[in-house]
Amino acid sequence: MIRPWLGIVIIAIVLMILPFFTDALFGRGWVRIIDFAMLYIMLALGLNIVVGYAGLLDLGYIAFFAVGAYCYALLNSPQLGLHLPFWIVLPLGALLACIFGVLLGAPTLRLRGDYLAIVTLGFGEIIRIFLNNLNAPINITNGPQGISMIDPIHIGEISLNKTYEIFGLVFSPVHLHYYLFLGFTLLVIVISLRLQDSRIGRAWVALREDEIAAKAMGISAAKIKLLAFAMGATFGGLAGGLFAGFQGFVSPESFSLTESITVLCMVVLGGMGNIRGVLLGGMLLVALPEALRHGSGPAQQLLFGKTLVDPESLRMLLFGLTLIIVMLWKPAGLWPSNQRKSELTANTGTIARAQQDS
Amino acid sequence: MTIPELKPLLHVCDLKVSYGGIHALKGINFHIAPGELIALIGSNGAGKTTTLKAIAGLIPWSAGKIHYRDMSLQHVAAHQLIREGLALVPEGRGVFAQLTVEENLRMGAYSRSDKSTIANDLQDIYGLFPRLAERHMQLAGTLSGGEQQMMALARALMSRPKLLMLDEPSMGLAPQMIAKVFETIRNISTQGVSILLVEQNARLALEVAQRGYVMERGLITISDNAANLLDSDVVRRAYLGD
Repeated sequence: MIRPWLGIVIIAIVLMILPFFTDALFGRGWVRIIDFAMLYIMLALGLNIVVGYAGLLDLGYIAFFAVGAYCYALLNSPQLGLHLPFWIVLPLGALLACIFGVLLGAPTLRLRGDYLAIVTLGFGEIIRIFLNNLNAPINITNGPQGISMIDPIHIGEISLNKTYEIFGLVFSPVHLHYYLFLGFTLLVIVISLRLQDSRIGRAWVALREDEIAAKAMGISAAKIKLLAFAMGATFGGLAGGLFAGFQGFVSPESFSLTESITVLCMVVLGGMGNIRGVLLGGMLLVALPEALRHGSGPAQQLLFGKTLVDPESLRMLLFGLTLIIVMLWKPAGLWPSNQRKSELTANTGTIARAQQDS
Repeated sequence: MTIPELKPLLHVCDLKVSYGGIHALKGINFHIAPGELIALIGSNGAGKTTTLKAIAGLIPWSAGKIHYRDMSLQHVAAHQLIREGLALVPEGRGVFAQLTVEENLRMGAYSRSDKSTIANDLQDIYGLFPRLAERHMQLAGTLSGGEQQMMALARALMSRPKLLMLDEPSMGLAPQMIAKVFETIRNISTQGVSILLVEQNARLALEVAQRGYVMERGLITISDNAANLLDSDVVRRAYLGD
């Protein structure tokens, strides 16, 4: 029983020193990228509940991120002149996203597959377009200009937007946000794990596998599906609030369809329904484009002596190519939950053999 | 309509169901007394599965009545029925392939909240189905067809049903396995569970049942004791292949 604890201790130490290590080795920009990666991981884990656990294809998931972000922005900026504390605004944003999740879920309960995807896609766009246009007749969202000068996150006396020095270690804003986001990411991971192994988690799987049989078991399809939408949306809203506080600025642009697709890619690429897979997918899909952005320019210089293709467009090209290759090579995702299947059958095989021997 | 001697557990009265313009059920009447094993036989498209689905609350019906233990099922949702002791094993077994055998069985007790008795029942089930005990940690999708059918039966039993509705339990199984499944069905019946068995394999169904109903194009055309049906010339020619 020593080894699992050792593993956890090592992971904890790595996570604690990661921002300093990254800062020293790659520069502060990469710490910021890790912060964003964690926001995306929270989103991906939220979407994983809807898509991975409950099997409901949601193409407008970023709308809940937007709801959380705008909730935070409106209650914490000169836009409405409100400056509410972080611990009130963040749960409020998550709750509001949860309500939107139920609002979207309720009319789509009878829809499946492609039809559900189209409706959720539409919902995502409706939210974005609303945010874009709610600047007239009464200016609520400030339209396409977005809301700026959002108050930085304050936790007690600590402002996450200042630099602190403790025992010679410099904690810059990106470091401070790192630890806050890490805390929330771990929370989301723990909730996801608990859900997976719960009565509700099994009800989601049952519903995804065979709706008729699930109903015959006494599972209320409507209630359980709404719960998936609500839980997923809550995580999205949470990530949204953190995003607004971190960025200090939100605009409708950040919540386009592409973002929904990116989060969905993280879930699918990593392996639907498997938390470790989703974590991997999230990290890869944030790190990969950044690495390509920074790497493709110098690489071209090295190969051809000049920059032939704009790194920005090459980045998306390579990104798309990578996705296609991975999906061809590992259609179930990089780290699919089916692994459980092979583990289990292998185990039962040995048990069966052992019984035959005895 | 004949009035059954025993107070029926399930009473279907002039039930009509239509899909779009097609009348799948054109007014059928039948009943099941407590403890009875009833076979509903008929060819493909006769309306057998539709009847089950209507009782199970999975499709709406346009006219008629379904009474279960003096309760009208008109406005009862599918997922509420199991709490009333009405369990369905759907066509194609409906196993949850990505859950383990044990998780599947526990799913059968989803509607129950009595934790300690559920644990006891699970052990009883494993006693009844040793094959499932051996494979309790295996994903249900990796079981053979026969094992899956056994598991579906076991799962339904985990809800402690009063009336068990089985839709084509022999479908897609090897003859040897079919015999085992029907043996199990007979066992369940002797323990006092009422069973409504829908089968295309008429001979097998009538051999285990006490009474049978023959369905044709949305109507019940013959209703009699199972033994009489097995002897009847009409049934033999049409459904038993003699």
